[in-house]
Amino acid sequence: MFGLRGVHPRSNKHTSESELVVINEVKSVRIPMAMQIGPGCKVCVKKGEDVKVGQLIGEPIAGMSVPVHSSVSGTVTSVKPQVKSDGTMMEMVEIESDGLFTVHESVKPPTVTNKQELIEAVRAAGLVGLGGAGFPTHFKLNPPPDKKIDRLLINGMECEPYITSDEFVVRNRLEELCLGISTVMRLCEIPVGIIGMEVNTPEAIKIIDHATSSSPHLADLDVTIKSVPACYPQGAEKVMIRNLTGREVPSGKLPHDVGCLVMNIGTARYIGHYLLTGEPLTRKYITLDGSAIKVPGIYDVPIGASIDEIVQLTGGYTDKPGKVIMGGPMMGVAVDNVEMSIIKNNNAIVVLDSEDSQIPEEHPCIRCGRCVRVCPMYLMPTELDQAGRKHDIATLTEMSVMDCIECGCCTFVCPAKRYLVQNIRIGKAVFRQHQQRLREQA
Amino acid sequence: MLRVSASPHVRDNATTSRIMLDVCIALVPAIIASYFIFGARAIALIVVTVASSLFWEWGSRRLMKRDNTLGDFSAMVTGILLAFNLPVSFPLWMAAVGSFFAIVIGKQIFGGIGMNFANPAILGRIVLIVSFPAQMTNFMVRNDIVQLGKAVTQYDLVSQATPLAALKQGESSFTYLQLFLGQHGGVIGEVSIVALLIGAAYLLVRRIIGPAIPLSYIGTVMILVWLAGQDPIYHLLSGGLVLGAFFMATDYVTSPITLPGKIIFGLGCGIITSLIRIYSNSAEGVSFAILLMNVLTPHIDRITKQRPIGGRKSVQNQKF
Repeated sequence: MFGLRGVHPRSNKHTSESELVVINEVKSVRIPMAMQIGPGCKVCVKKGEDVKVGQLIGEPIAGMSVPVHSSVSGTVTSVKPQVKSDGTMMEMVEIESDGLFTVHESVKPPTVTNKQELIEAVRAAGLVGLGGAGFPTHFKLNPPPDKKIDRLLINGMECEPYITSDEFVVRNRLEELCLGISTVMRLCEIPVGIIGMEVNTPEAIKIIDHATSSSPHLADLDVTIKSVPACYPQGAEKVMIRNLTGREVPSGKLPHDVGCLVMNIGTARYIGHYLLTGEPLTRKYITLDGSAIKVPGIYDVPIGASIDEIVQLTGGYTDKPGKVIMGGPMMGVAVDNVEMSIIKNNNAIVVLDSEDSQIPEEHPCIRCGRCVRVCPMYLMPTELDQAGRKHDIATLTEMSVMDCIECGCCTFVCPAKRYLVQNIRIGKAVFRQHQQRLREQA
Repeated sequence: MLRVSASPHVRDNATTSRIMLDVCIALVPAIIASYFIFGARAIALIVVTVASSLFWEWGSRRLMKRDNTLGDFSAMVTGILLAFNLPVSFPLWMAAVGSFFAIVIGKQIFGGIGMNFANPAILGRIVLIVSFPAQMTNFMVRNDIVQLGKAVTQYDLVSQATPLAALKQGESSFTYLQLFLGQHGGVIGEVSIVALLIGAAYLLVRRIIGPAIPLSYIGTVMILVWLAGQDPIYHLLSGGLVLGAFFMATDYVTSPITLPGKIIFGLGCGIITSLIRIYSNSAEGVSFAILLMNVLTPHIDRITKQRPIGGRKSVQNQKF
């Protein structure tokens, strides 16, 4: 095991033992046509049309796109572009729920006997990486033919503070998880599976360790658990690949270039769930927590429900919310509008109160080197920060700005409270612009 | 109204002022020791350098229409360290001149904290050595400290050659214990090795400094003087080596960022200090060594950059 690099924010896993609460009383949902990396879907329902749970409402427009399904039964009230959490406009389908959650006739367990059928089924399920990145899973299961995959890495690290959704899956949806892992390994012919988990979930580790030998799905497969000391961000893809296999993904390349397929534990479980039930991805287990949330817990919510409605239905805010974060506090996105929809790749909503959401003032860099020592990708954040502010393309290129995974460790430890990740992102934008200009000139 | 900002949305509780305050705390044992070894005037000297440092920083920034940075305590650290580099008999007004050079010329005209090329206290000391050599080398110490064990009725200051100067004359009549406790002449902050080490331990435990620079600096000096036929422990316990290695060479702004860089820095300081101590007329080599290595720091940083995961050439051809 390599020396672990990262930071130790307060883990705040208050909802680790929570019972799942199903939330169905939403009045309406607003579902965007793309909840993934890459192009999304074209709307295929009309205003006024009645829809059911699991019905196709968005048709994929490209090979990478996954279909979008309705998460409630009811009537489509609007189809129009609205603002997404990243500030861009996107076509969204708004459906008023009749509260019945009637399931569409097309929902039935698929027949999957080979890799091609698995890929088609995973796509039909509308499945994207549920760890937060939202990469289309069917695409990931189908790497270029010259990339031989010999390791399936299941990411159960869940290293962000507050979030316990993945831990919930291990403790309560074990059979589906084992079926998902087993199917992927058998049909994609991946000889070795490693499940990575952080040591601060000892119960979950025991459960899954036992399953590797006792579950009929996994018993004759080479699947082991590797537990890693708790340290954010050991769940980051490239960091995890290095920890679990010793392989380093070269700059600019992907996991399949080192023979690895990385999959979030929730995504793996959902494959099993889909194989058993045929239900496309229309609901998420969301961890709701933070100093401004009255009743923290793990909630089973329909995709497209607004953050505000979910918070109100689960007990409301304690005080006036200061910051609403989609995701965890280290990498999540702060939204300016609580009507934002919960989407496929959300795992948590963290609402911080006024005091916890104070944004500190920046001071000059004193070159203490803490950012350099904690960076899990072995970059030099202080240099990238300066280069990003100055639009210094030469330094941005030399110091590999595009390798930054924006985990936030540098900014977390900076005693001068500098906005390092923010300026590194600007550096990346400047770098991309420069690459674009070079391509156009060529 | 919701706050919106870039991730991460939590920070740990380290701050620049807390770091500087920790350094001040680490210097307290040596401040107390300086009172016992050099008398009340040592404290007066510290008060003057600290007050004048704060004044120069406040005044120069005000003149340049910049914000007030006294709250980061860095001027206070510079003030204490500058005083530590002065003999107890040093004229107070000259000390204030020294802090002017340290704070204004050494730091503020470059843009303030983080922008200076050299350790401000070292710069101040070197300006004073060059400008007021006689006063800077008039080493006095309390009579009763020097005559430890004998009954003494007067607690006056007496002149005494420093251990390193004595070594150059061929006499080294100080015991290791005397050197360790600081029972001899010198500048007010360098002599009490025990007090400095207590402070250094505090800094190491609080992770304000790492052991790389002090160990490579001190280790290099001890090895090189031993190779030259001199006593490495005597050298360790004499002069400004412990003060310099733990409190001044480790200044973040003016030393390399990565671990290999720090080791090279410590090595360089050690070589220069040893050469000066062994071969030159001057008994003291720490200040010049640190200043020269400060100047080389950007170049050391350039050749000791940290390489990212997946960025090293060896990774391109890895087999698995």
